[in-house]
Amino acid sequence: MAKKILAVDDSASIRQMLTFTLKGAGYDVIEAVDGQDALDKANSHKVNLVLTDINMPRMDGLQLLEMLRRLSHYKSVPILMLTTESGDDMKAKGKEAGATGWLVKPFDPKRLLEVIGKVIG
Amino acid sequence: MSSDLEQFYEVFFEESSELLAEMEACLLGLDVNSPDMEDMNAIFRAAHSIKGGAGTFGFTDMTEMTHMLETLLDKLRKGELEVRSEMIDAFLKAGDVIKDQLAGHRGDGEADPAAAVAVCEELSKFSEEVSGAAEMPAVEVKVSAESAPPVAKLTEDNVSISTTERTVFLIEFPNSELNEKVRSNLLSNLSEMGQLEKLVFGETESRSKLRLITDSTEENVWEVLAFVVDPTNLIIEIEALTKDSASMQLSADKLAVGADESELEEPYGFFPDAPGNTTKPYGFFPGSPAAPADTKDDEVKPGNCKVSINNKNTSSARVSTNFAETSSIRVSIEKVDQMINLVGELVITQAMLAQTASEVDPVVFEKLLSGLNQLERNTRDLQESVMSIRMLPISFVFSRFPRVVRDLASKLNKQIELKQVGEGTELDKGLIEKIADPLTHLIRNSLDHGVEMPDVRIAAGKPAQGTITLRAFHQGGSIVIEVGDDGAGLNREKILAKAKERGLPVHDGMPDSEVWMLIFEAGFSTAAVVTDVSGRGVGMDVVKRNISAMGGRVEIESALGIGTRISVRLPLTLAILDGLSVGVGDQMFIVPLTYIIESLQPTAKDIKSVSGRGRVVQVRGEYLPVVALHEVFNLRPISEEIHDGILVILEAEGHKAAMLVDTLIGQHQVVIKSLESNYRRVQGVSGATIMGDGKVALILDTAALVTSSYKESV
Repeated sequence: MAKKILAVDDSASIRQMLTFTLKGAGYDVIEAVDGQDALDKANSHKVNLVLTDINMPRMDGLQLLEMLRRLSHYKSVPILMLTTESGDDMKAKGKEAGATGWLVKPFDPKRLLEVIGKVIG
Repeated sequence: MSSDLEQFYEVFFEESSELLAEMEACLLGLDVNSPDMEDMNAIFRAAHSIKGGAGTFGFTDMTEMTHMLETLLDKLRKGELEVRSEMIDAFLKAGDVIKDQLAGHRGDGEADPAAAVAVCEELSKFSEEVSGAAEMPAVEVKVSAESAPPVAKLTEDNVSISTTERTVFLIEFPNSELNEKVRSNLLSNLSEMGQLEKLVFGETESRSKLRLITDSTEENVWEVLAFVVDPTNLIIEIEALTKDSASMQLSADKLAVGADESELEEPYGFFPDAPGNTTKPYGFFPGSPAAPADTKDDEVKPGNCKVSINNKNTSSARVSTNFAETSSIRVSIEKVDQMINLVGELVITQAMLAQTASEVDPVVFEKLLSGLNQLERNTRDLQESVMSIRMLPISFVFSRFPRVVRDLASKLNKQIELKQVGEGTELDKGLIEKIADPLTHLIRNSLDHGVEMPDVRIAAGKPAQGTITLRAFHQGGSIVIEVGDDGAGLNREKILAKAKERGLPVHDGMPDSEVWMLIFEAGFSTAAVVTDVSGRGVGMDVVKRNISAMGGRVEIESALGIGTRISVRLPLTLAILDGLSVGVGDQMFIVPLTYIIESLQPTAKDIKSVSGRGRVVQVRGEYLPVVALHEVFNLRPISEEIHDGILVILEAEGHKAAMLVDTLIGQHQVVIKSLESNYRRVQGVSGATIMGDGKVALILDTAALVTSSYKESV
């Protein structure tokens, strides 16, 4: 069965780009438009990986990370943060919140798949 | 990478346009004295999202501009800087530049790089106010001498260290653009910045390569070059940092990793201990859930990282996308119009059936008739929902006005607040596009001539800040859009004097409503001073003409010293009309319902003849001119006697008239067909429709009939 990825970004173009790339590589993709949406979808789907933007309305990526890690079935699911935030404080915050890793925007599809491949193969 | 991404351009363009509009709306709504944090965050997020997308899709110019915006906005929302109105101006300008850049990538128009440079400078000046140091926001190249702990905050120390570092830049650009003078200027400018080495530099070479060792930031180097070299052909690479660096940090969000993977010996890796100590565009947190185990192999080695700004301006391509948003689909307007047309035909067929069925025995055909009733309801519902596809909220037009008002008010040194009421009111898309220009003109006019200067207002006992109110609402089958101001109001004497001077047929006893309409005469302006905003008298007549062409009307109410309100009344849609069918002789005409006040059968004593001016009828104490429809169209009526016929009382453009017809037939929703495109223009007729029995009925140009009758009777 195809591995399922929850892609969270408030930008429609980035979401589509993620979905297109990931689906092209054989992954199943669920899109969410912000942290709150992602949390709802994470609750109703079992996913193998979460890719999340940081800066989003309603609930940001860091809050989402914290909330997800509180859920028993998301304790060990890899969560990658997509971020354009400069500086390491954002990465540190991400780590604290329970992120597995980060991927800096802009990235190209190849790089995205490479990183995801490393995590869920 | 870009070719894969082109298919997402269109979505990105649309998304960015929306974000820009949102950003502008928030900026305009921002109270400089107590900025709302929610708004600040929303503005920041918009800039941030555009930057993310622009970076991903390789629109470097937009990335840079949004980065500047973002840097300053971040400082504002963190409270490191106070919001000032000059900043808002700069933000708005930056928004304009990004809009142009976006249009450029889209393939319509070209962005002006000089404007971008100017705005960038302005923004960075604001940003620098807080940082003080020469630190430029766009690229931070920092070296932390000690290897641990690398989780660095942007402390003062770090910043000051970073400014003393020397960076080795590799600069490459094509020679063809530069003449001798520019080349030598460029060289001396770069030499001033630090140690310059010419790797390849000569007239015979197609490209120049330079090495610059400097303590300036990349942004500064960039600026020097961008003045003379087309930024799209410019490559600046950071070769190395001269200080012995145990580790390096580059804020990679600015730097798109070069497409050429072979340049990167080790394009990625994982850290053994801490996050952040990397030049890599991604990484994993060791020990975190599900992190890959093989972090050791990928440990970053200092000195061999090479990050270049990917300055390839990807060619713009218009690619339609298959990835529709779940909440909406994009359909071409032709398809919608075709559907509206078909539904129109269906309405006619249904009306035909209903007419035929009215002649059959209702007892025998009870089931048929109830089926036809059902069909009528369904047709009407279908028609309404199809029409609603073309409907858009008027906010599509209104949203541009805060900017217009803001820009103009500051130009005229006036203080003006724009209030919007009913921006959710829906209107046909075709009308939305056409109403924008006339409304803009009316608003500019209110701003320039209506609202007074603050000192004049205060002297008149009004608040210094004037108010312009834009209001939209539905009334009957029309939408009414009002532009109101609390300014000086129209001056009756001035307008009358001006009209006499221009030889217009006016007299002192004219009612106000007619005097006000004089301002719509061509070339009419009472403005004492002609400004570049308005006052040349060009435009108001065009406004009226455009609105009439849309089937709409303009009305003015004004009181000296209190204000002016101009109402534009438009039909909700151009395709369908609610009308009353009336019979004259053997002909049938349609009167648009919006003009009808009432219908009555007059008694002989209510009718009076005025010598040389036709007849008038007294209705509720008011004398109205009588328009006999059979006279207008030269038909033979059933009876010549007024009291045998029926008077339909009409009101248009502030005048009333009584239209004499033989019979009232019924109320219909009719599909408007243009008479002009199928036959020719006929005085007194605005269009035609096909009735249930297949006959053509003319739709009366009620406004023209009423006004002409009024002119005759006066």
